[in-house]
Amino acid sequence: MSTTTTTGTPAAVGDDVARVHAALTSRQNRPAEVLFKLALQFCLLVAFAFLIALITFALYKGWHRLDARLWENMPTGRASRAAQAGVQSAITGTLWVIGLTALICLPVGIASAIYLEEYADNTRWYNRLLELNIQNLAGVPSIVFGILGLGLIARVIGLGFTVITAAIVLSLLVLPTVIIASREALRAVPQSIRHASYALGATRWQTIWRQVLPAGVPGMATGAILALSRALGEAAPLILLGAVTFIRFNPDSLLSSYTTLPIQIYNLIKEPQAEFQELAAAAIVLLLVILLLMNSAAIGIRNRFQKRW
Amino acid sequence: MSSHDPKDPDMNDTTVNTRPAAGPVTLTIPNPSQRERANSEPVLQLQGVSVSYGDYQAVRGVDMTIGRNEITALIGPSGCGKSTVLRSLNRMNDLIPGARVAGRIAYHGQDLYARDVNPIDVRRLIGMVFQKPNPFPKSIYDNIAYGPRILGWRVPDMDALVQQALTSAALWDEVKDKLKTSALALSGGQQQRLCIARTIAVRPEVILMDEPCSALDPIATGKIEDLMHELSRSYTIVIVTHNMQQAARVSHRTAFFTAEVDPAGVRHGRLVEYDDTNKIFTNPAEKRTEDYITGRFG
Repeated sequence: MSTTTTTGTPAAVGDDVARVHAALTSRQNRPAEVLFKLALQFCLLVAFAFLIALITFALYKGWHRLDARLWENMPTGRASRAAQAGVQSAITGTLWVIGLTALICLPVGIASAIYLEEYADNTRWYNRLLELNIQNLAGVPSIVFGILGLGLIARVIGLGFTVITAAIVLSLLVLPTVIIASREALRAVPQSIRHASYALGATRWQTIWRQVLPAGVPGMATGAILALSRALGEAAPLILLGAVTFIRFNPDSLLSSYTTLPIQIYNLIKEPQAEFQELAAAAIVLLLVILLLMNSAAIGIRNRFQKRW
Repeated sequence: MSSHDPKDPDMNDTTVNTRPAAGPVTLTIPNPSQRERANSEPVLQLQGVSVSYGDYQAVRGVDMTIGRNEITALIGPSGCGKSTVLRSLNRMNDLIPGARVAGRIAYHGQDLYARDVNPIDVRRLIGMVFQKPNPFPKSIYDNIAYGPRILGWRVPDMDALVQQALTSAALWDEVKDKLKTSALALSGGQQQRLCIARTIAVRPEVILMDEPCSALDPIATGKIEDLMHELSRSYTIVIVTHNMQQAARVSHRTAFFTAEVDPAGVRHGRLVEYDDTNKIFTNPAEKRTEDYITGRFG
């Protein structure tokens, strides 16, 4: 090349710069590259758009019912009083059911996870069978759990259509989620921590209780909150368990009748009066806010305690 | 063994090295290879020890005697079973599903694998320091206090015990003002000394070290090696190392392991030679030992 002398003219240097520039930029903005990125963004948009649409619609429709009436007043069956109706019994019912569900499914789920992670010998067939079944249970439709609850817990055991029946059924429903999430959390605790504890003469129980569980709490809390938020939004199994009945009082014991927010929404939507429709929209907003708060808490806990070693 | 009685109310009257809090650990011990060890009674005796994982025999036929207050180095290429042997000495191998030990490992004459021996008690008396520093995600103080607490010791003055353990591990001066901060904020070398201090806190007689310096820089390594000299006054130390200079520097006796291939084509770890470190590194009896220590590994 004639221009590559040590004393190249400015023109020749400019030529080189142009060539280098061309070599370094030739593959930019290839159509496939751009297209792929656009496709990905579109998919994200679809997922997000529906959420936005749902929230906007519910907010728009229920906006002027989002006031104290919502949680101060009881539901009403009479159309003449539709404007004053609230969903207090559904809110308290939800708190009762979800609180009890947490009390039942968290200890049982975490204990199961501890057994499977820390005690179970994976080479045994029955332990592998247990694992497989837990995975399968996580995929069983919730209505099936409702049928089980109706037949076994409400009828055979005779607990009836009560808060405790609903809590037991919802616990069974989210138990696989709790177990799986807790196992992941326990598995994320480094083996070296266990070994350090054993090497000092700790028993298995001491090692689990004092090292593994505390280190796994953030992960387990995250999983627990996500599982409970699923239980919170669940309506299908409760339809079979008496939650659809018209309830104008707050539950006061495990054996009270009850209703929950999702069920209440389901009932209100069916009513012809516009006031009931608006109330349903307001209840949807309330439910969404609770769900978002719970999920934010889960994310917050996860970020706060991530990567401690 | 009375000096290791956990219920001993006078915490200072033990074999734990109670150096004053101030001042770094100084090397007061002559070259260990020349040190007088006439009275080194056997602490651990291995007779025909083989360790298997499932059907695979990782190490076979190991015979060796580990003497009191000696530093014994286990060296050899990867896969020769030296870590496996080390872990069998305090029954840490029990934690690996399918691991089995054949032969006899005796601790002061007591078979460690006898039916009535509880591995929990074995590990208290034969402590272990791991390759990667593994402090608990707790404060420095709680890391040290963990052992005595889980063992249910009634410690009249836990602060003194913590200080004593940290001093013995040559860490006290560096951490005395931040005992309540997380152990994970320490440097790698400090973390490893913390792990040693944590082991010392439960007053073991033997300390097993599984490549304790392989994750550390040379300065931190030097500190740990100095510490090992110091600790060998009170403890019996067995160390696995990939670093032959380290074995030569710190140990009194060296065991060279290698992997042998049997007629079926399966590799098994074997103990090739076990002797005074001086002898192993200057005049080994076996050709394979010489090849390995001179870098002509075959």
